[in-house]
Amino acid sequence: MKRILSLLFISLAIVSFTPTEDTKKSIFPAANVKNLKGELVNTSTFSNDGKPIVVSFWATWCKPCIQELTTLNGLYEDWKKETGVKIIIVSTDDARTAPKVAPFVNGKRWDFDVYLDENGDFKRAMNVNSVPHSFLIDKDGKVIAQHNSYAPGDEEKLYEEIKKLTAVSDK
Amino acid sequence: MKCLRLFYLLVYCVIFVGSASYGFAQSDGGISGNFQIDAQTYKEDTLIGAEAIAEKMRSNGFLNLNFTKGAFSTGIRYEMYLKELNGFDKNLGGENGNTGITYRYARYSTEDYEVTVGNTYEQFGNGLIYRTYAERGLGLDNSLDGAKIKLTPVKGLQVIGLIGRQRTFFNLGAGIVRGGDIDLGLNDFLENFGQGILPSTFQLRVGASVVSKFQKDSDPVLKLPENVLGYATRMSMSFGDFSFNTEYAFKYNDPSAANNLTYNNGKALLLSGSYSTRGLGINVSMKSIDNMDFRSDRSAILTNLPINYLPAIAKNYTYRLLTLYPYATQNNGEIGIQGDLFYTFEKGTLLGGKYGTMITLNYSRVHGLDTTQIDEFTYNSEFLKFGKRKYFEDMGIEISKTWSKEFKTNIGFMQQYFNKDVVQTPGYGLIKASIIVAEIAYTFAPKQTIRMELQHMSAKHLEIDNQGNESDALPNLDGNNGNWMYALLEYTLAPSWFISAFNEWNYGNYYDGTKGDKPDLRIHYPSGNVIWVHDALRVQLGFGRIRGGVLCVGGVCRVVPASNGFSLSISSSF
Repeated sequence: MKRILSLLFISLAIVSFTPTEDTKKSIFPAANVKNLKGELVNTSTFSNDGKPIVVSFWATWCKPCIQELTTLNGLYEDWKKETGVKIIIVSTDDARTAPKVAPFVNGKRWDFDVYLDENGDFKRAMNVNSVPHSFLIDKDGKVIAQHNSYAPGDEEKLYEEIKKLTAVSDK
Repeated sequence: MKCLRLFYLLVYCVIFVGSASYGFAQSDGGISGNFQIDAQTYKEDTLIGAEAIAEKMRSNGFLNLNFTKGAFSTGIRYEMYLKELNGFDKNLGGENGNTGITYRYARYSTEDYEVTVGNTYEQFGNGLIYRTYAERGLGLDNSLDGAKIKLTPVKGLQVIGLIGRQRTFFNLGAGIVRGGDIDLGLNDFLENFGQGILPSTFQLRVGASVVSKFQKDSDPVLKLPENVLGYATRMSMSFGDFSFNTEYAFKYNDPSAANNLTYNNGKALLLSGSYSTRGLGINVSMKSIDNMDFRSDRSAILTNLPINYLPAIAKNYTYRLLTLYPYATQNNGEIGIQGDLFYTFEKGTLLGGKYGTMITLNYSRVHGLDTTQIDEFTYNSEFLKFGKRKYFEDMGIEISKTWSKEFKTNIGFMQQYFNKDVVQTPGYGLIKASIIVAEIAYTFAPKQTIRMELQHMSAKHLEIDNQGNESDALPNLDGNNGNWMYALLEYTLAPSWFISAFNEWNYGNYYDGTKGDKPDLRIHYPSGNVIWVHDALRVQLGFGRIRGGVLCVGGVCRVVPASNGFSLSISSSF
C-alpha cells in the first residue's frame, strides 16, 4: 500500500511539471466555503473586477477580530467609493458557533461578503495559523500585505497599501 | 519506514525547489506554508502545583509546506515535540520526544471532482457522525490517512467518499474508517432543469451520510461488534430572514472504554433556528445526545481518535475568569438549549449615540438524561426529556459601546452554574458563580492604545448528590477556590507592538494559611507578554505564573497545568 501511495505521489508530481494551459486563472486557491444562505461557494470564483480584495479570517468568539471588523465596517463605505476595494470575511467558527455567524453579522450591521469555512479548507489553503489574519490581494492573486493580529490603527496602514495598489492600476 | 519518510521528503524537496514563484494566494505554481514554534521554561512552584520538569525547557513546533500548480496540490507537515509542552498529551512526546512528518497529501481537483490521497480533513453535515480536523493549540489531530473523492456530477449535488485510518499521535489508529456523504442544494440542483423553480428567497438543502468503522474483536470475554455503522440525515432551509437547520444521527452499539462498555445504540438530534435582519440577530438551538461517543479504536479515551464531533451547547467565552469553569459536552448523554441575541442600536439614536451600541444576550442550559439500568450492559433513557440532573447553566449580557473614535467600552455580567462532578472530576461539587467584566480601550495618540480589563468572580461551592440535591459544601472540599479578581493592562503601538501585564488573584480561597496544614492559597498569578508582529510574523515572549485550568479552542478543551517560567512563541506564514 505504502509503495503504491508513493508511486502515486511521484506520478502526480510529474504530472504537475508537465506544462498545462490554464484557461481560467483564479485569484484564490480552490476550496469549498458556505455563504450565509448555506450555499456552497468555491473560493476560486472570488474576484473583484481587477480591483483589490481584502480577506480577513475571523471567528465570533475572537475579540480582536470583532474589534478589527467593527472598525473596518465603519470605514468600508468610504474605502469602496475611493478605491473599489472588496472586503471578504471568512469565519473559522466550527459547528459549535457556526449557527451564530449570520445573526451576529446582521446584528452588527456588517456590510462585508461573509463566508463560513467550517471544514478549514480555505484556512489551510491560505496558511492561516490563528485569527485575526488578513490579506490584501491584488488582481493577479499576489499577496501585497498580510497581518496576523489587530491593534487599533492597523487599518490606516492597510488603507495606505490599498491606495498604493489602486494608484498603480489606474496608471 | 524511516527510509520511506526520507524518500517522501526528497520528492517534496525536488518539487519545491523546482517551483519558482512565491507569495501568491492563487493556484498557480508556488510554495506556501506556515510554522509555529513554542518553547517554555519550567520552574518548580509548589504553591500553585507546578511540578518540577526534568528537561527544564520544552518545545513544540510544526511547519506546513504546500505546493500548488494548476489543479494539482501537495503538502506536508513536520511536527516536533521535544518534549511536548506540559499539558499536551504525553503520547505526543513519548519517552524521549518525537519528531516527524505527521501529515502529507496529494490532491488533484477540478470543478467536477477532487481526489486526495494521504491525510485528509472533512466534515459531514454538522459533524455529528464524522469530522476530522486539527486544532494545533490543543495538540489535537484526527486526520484520516487514506483516500478521499469528492464528486460534483451536476450542479447542486456533491458526493463524498472516503476510507482510511486515523492519526493517533505519531501512529495510526487500530480501526479502518469508511464513509460517504451526499449533499443536495435544491435551488442549484433545480436550475439544471430550468430557471426559477424555487424562489431565490427560499433555500433548501438536504443531506445524508454514513460512516462505518472496522476493528478486530480480540476481547477474551465479550463479543464485540467488529463493524460499527453510523448514519445521519440533515436538512437546512432559509426563508427570507428566517433559517432552520436540523440533523439526526444514529449509531449502532459499540461498547468501548469511553462509553463504559454499553451495548446501547447511540443517537443525537440537533435543531437550530435563527432570525436575523439588519441590526438584530437571534439564534435558538437545541441538542440532545445519547451514547454518541464514536471512535475508531474502542480502547481510546480523552481526545484520542474521535470520528465525530459533538460541540458544547454553551457560549465560548474568552474572558480569562470565564475560562475557569468551561462546559464540555458529555458524549454519553445530555440535553441542552441555547439562545443568543445580538442587537445594535442605530447610530444617532438616544441609546446608539454617535457610533452605535451593541448588546449581546446569551442563555444556555444543559441537563443529563434520566436513565434506568436494564442489566450490566444496557439501559433505558429518555432521549428528548430534560433529566433531573443539571450539568450547566449560563446567562450573560454584554454591552459594547463606542463613545468616540478614541474611546470604547465593554461591560458584561454573567451567571454560571457548573456541575464540576459531572463535567470534570467527581469530588469537587458544583460551583455557582457571578462574574463582572469591564473593558476600556483608549487611543490616546495615533496608533497608540491603552486597554484595561477588570474582572471579578464571586463563586460559591456546594455539594450535590446524584438526584441533584444541593447542600452547603464542606469547607475543605477540594478546589474550594472561592472568589477571583483579574486585572489587565495592555499597550499597543500599531502595527507591531503589544505589551501587556496581568494578574489573577484567588483572594477568596478558603485556605488562608490558618486552616489545617495547608499553606495560604490566596495566590497571585502575575504575568506579562511582549508581542512583536511584522506582517505574518509574530513573536511572543511571556513570563510569569500561569494558573492551571482548562483551555478551550472551538468546542474542545484541554487541561493546562499551572506553570511558572518564560515562554517564547514564534509563528509565521509564507
